[in-house]
Amino acid sequence: MIVMVGLPARGKTYISKKLTRYLNWIGVPTQVFNLGQYRREAVKSYKNYEFFRPDNEEAMNIRRACALNALKDIANYFAKEQGQVAVFDATNTTRERRGVIISFAKEKGYKVFFIESICDDPEIIEANIMEVKVSSPDYENCDKEEALEDFLKRIECYKTTYVSLDDESDRHLSYIKIFNVGSRYLVNRVQDHIQSRIVYYLMNIHVTPRSIYLSRHGESELNLLGRIGGDSGLSSQGKKYASTLSEFIRDQAIKDLKVWTSHMKRTIQTAEALGVAYEQWKALNEIDAGVCEEMTYEEIQENYPEEFAMRDQDKYRYRYPKGESYEDLVHRLEPVIMELERQENVLVICHQAVMRCLLAYFLDKSADELPYLKCPLHTVLRLTPVAYGCKIEPFYLNIKAVNTHREKPVVSQRTFNSIADHQFQQLISMVYLFSRMWM
Amino acid sequence: MRGAGRSNSTDPDRTVCMTNCPTLIVTVGLPARGKTYISKKLTRYLNWIGVPTKEFNVGQYRRECVKIYKSFEFFRPDNEEGLKIRKQCASAALNDVRQYLTEEGGQVAVFDATNTTRERRETINRFAEQNGFKVFFVESVCEDPDVIAENIVQVKLGSPDYTHCNTEQAVEDFMKRIKCYENSYQPLDEVLDRELSFIKIIDVGRRYLVNQVQDHIQSRIVYYLMNIHITPRSIYLCRHGESELNVRGRIGGDSGLTARGKEFARCLGQFMHKQGISDLKVWTSQMKRTIQTAEALGVPYEQWKALNEIDAGVCEELMYEEIQQRYPLEFALRDQDKYRYRYPKGESYEDLVQRLEPVIMELERQENVLVICHQAVMRCLLAYFLDKTAEELPYLKCPLHSVLKLTPVAYGCKVERISLKVEAVNTHRERPENVNVHRTAEDALQTVPAHL
Repeated sequence: MIVMVGLPARGKTYISKKLTRYLNWIGVPTQVFNLGQYRREAVKSYKNYEFFRPDNEEAMNIRRACALNALKDIANYFAKEQGQVAVFDATNTTRERRGVIISFAKEKGYKVFFIESICDDPEIIEANIMEVKVSSPDYENCDKEEALEDFLKRIECYKTTYVSLDDESDRHLSYIKIFNVGSRYLVNRVQDHIQSRIVYYLMNIHVTPRSIYLSRHGESELNLLGRIGGDSGLSSQGKKYASTLSEFIRDQAIKDLKVWTSHMKRTIQTAEALGVAYEQWKALNEIDAGVCEEMTYEEIQENYPEEFAMRDQDKYRYRYPKGESYEDLVHRLEPVIMELERQENVLVICHQAVMRCLLAYFLDKSADELPYLKCPLHTVLRLTPVAYGCKIEPFYLNIKAVNTHREKPVVSQRTFNSIADHQFQQLISMVYLFSRMWM
Repeated sequence: MRGAGRSNSTDPDRTVCMTNCPTLIVTVGLPARGKTYISKKLTRYLNWIGVPTKEFNVGQYRRECVKIYKSFEFFRPDNEEGLKIRKQCASAALNDVRQYLTEEGGQVAVFDATNTTRERRETINRFAEQNGFKVFFVESVCEDPDVIAENIVQVKLGSPDYTHCNTEQAVEDFMKRIKCYENSYQPLDEVLDRELSFIKIIDVGRRYLVNQVQDHIQSRIVYYLMNIHITPRSIYLCRHGESELNVRGRIGGDSGLTARGKEFARCLGQFMHKQGISDLKVWTSQMKRTIQTAEALGVPYEQWKALNEIDAGVCEELMYEEIQQRYPLEFALRDQDKYRYRYPKGESYEDLVQRLEPVIMELERQENVLVICHQAVMRCLLAYFLDKTAEELPYLKCPLHSVLKLTPVAYGCKVERISLKVEAVNTHRERPENVNVHRTAEDALQTVPAHL
């Protein structure tokens, strides 16, 4: 259980959602349980900050009931839904409330890790409020000024009873304290691998505005031939794309842009046209199709019909013989994601499967959706973090290219069955033959 | 800039540009707080991942300068002559740091000294600023008397300073030495030092305070420091049992064990059982031969794709003779620079190190682990633990049917090689004398081990 701690507008929900997105992407089933949402269910319409006054007994009861409901749902998530990590997103600012959570976790045998966000910079707090609070369902009927004023009073309600995690009294707890959006961290008693990864992740993310540009290499020779994988150079259209990309990037006038490519010719050639320094990452290489490298889909169907069908059954986990799966790809791209989090403006020139994995991370797509995300050639996707997610803008650079996107076929199950049938037939024939031989 | 436009790169395969600006890591802390332990370990790790790093231990400079150590009195804060010498030594060390980082291609220098006063740290900051180095402080704070006592026993008693003393005298003198520093010790402060980049390690890793991490390398350093521990434990490294392709002299592939290989697996099971380790973790790769070996142990094991053998690309499942026949140029290039050479459509040792980094990180977190892997993989892991260079790494001897037991001790690792007395083919190919691309087949195949 990850338990958030902190006054309102300290980025708890931002951290909760981002961390959950990251953990799910690396394959750890995680879910956020946001207490504010439980409260909105219980109290249909929000009047004003008075609800949060520490002397408002009725409200206190409701809030306590909501917390218990959330904990119940967490227990259900772990027991029945195979969840591995639950993020309890609430202020949890009193020792009493944290005590309740710790007892609950102890009873159930869950590990607890606290994440406390401490910030006293009024500018950051106001920016937070403007970005995510004024548009909250609580303030539908207010104008921005009113919302801001009410929210600041709401924060005051919590301040009187706020007890921060303490170096002495809480020294047996596992936690990380984040000060002023990451300028300082205090980490206490990391218990295991997942907590260590969480700490590492939290220490690498930032909120400085920036954009990430994702693009594939220009159209390649093998693309034209309908062949997958390989290490071919750009076609003439691909070269046109590279120079158009260069103009596009120049027009974007991006500050301090970093450019990353894979180790494969087609991405390197694309980057060369930009005329700026770039960095090659082996981890950005396209998915290794093993025995199917450089084949057309028709050839794969002809030579490996079973494999082809199995891939369509579970494209995320399916591993090409002597090759990789999307799942393997995600694993090898994790350091790329970590470094993307650390960086500011970056242009990543990569490949179809790789781009799908990166996109799934930023847009929080599931393992089932990931392998079918549309990443056409000659299109740049600009991702800009906004509020709790990512704004995505596609830029098609108007240079024609072949389509390399293969949808999930509708008949895959039948095809598989017919193959299985076919094999069964063969088996029967062989048994018949052998039995004839014995006679 | 690194990596720009080189497809057949002889440059280190950096996945990330580790900033063009060299970094000076400065340890801070009273004596016997593990500063040198951390310095050496961190240096070993950074070099292994390809960041040229060197440590500069001021104590050593002092020993050069003052040939014979008499007693703790040298360190008394009112010993003017002592102070002068110590300041000179620090300057000499910083001078060497400057040379290493600006002229010798170093990227990180670890300045290992107590650096307990704000004044000394200011001097270092100014020095770094003048030279364009980034500074990252690593402070170790510990008040647990057991930990300190253990430190002293492990590394101080054997120090050149105390060769002429007995244990009791040495401990007594060292404790007085620590006292000399205590009065003037100014720990890094959350408020006063808030502009500095540092990590404060409290009580051997129970708690950490991390301030103003500036860049990627500092972030990696912090992650590493937060994962290491000093709980006594052992790491067992071995290869899978002899495989079908091994006996036929073929590299790579995914074959099963031979009868002898299976015998080894059985013996391994017995051996590990006799070691009597509680909570032993067993890791294998995702290839048949390591999995079959682990199966014989009858305990749960974890499969890591990262532990798979080096991918020999177009040379997979070939014999060295066939490689010489079909790819004589590649074969020669490999012998010229075995660490960086990448098989066409395959990997290099350098790539291996990179994919093994998460394995190393998890090995640091764990306690007792048995890793059943492959020849090239084992060489990489061994090079990390024994601080071997990129030149030595691809030629480390990792024979089949042998277990290496690594136990951290003092500043390094004790290695015990246990051969489980089951015959196996030799798969170790030494570097031949002639690595010229125009050499004869005979010269190329000179060092190929015997096979069927």
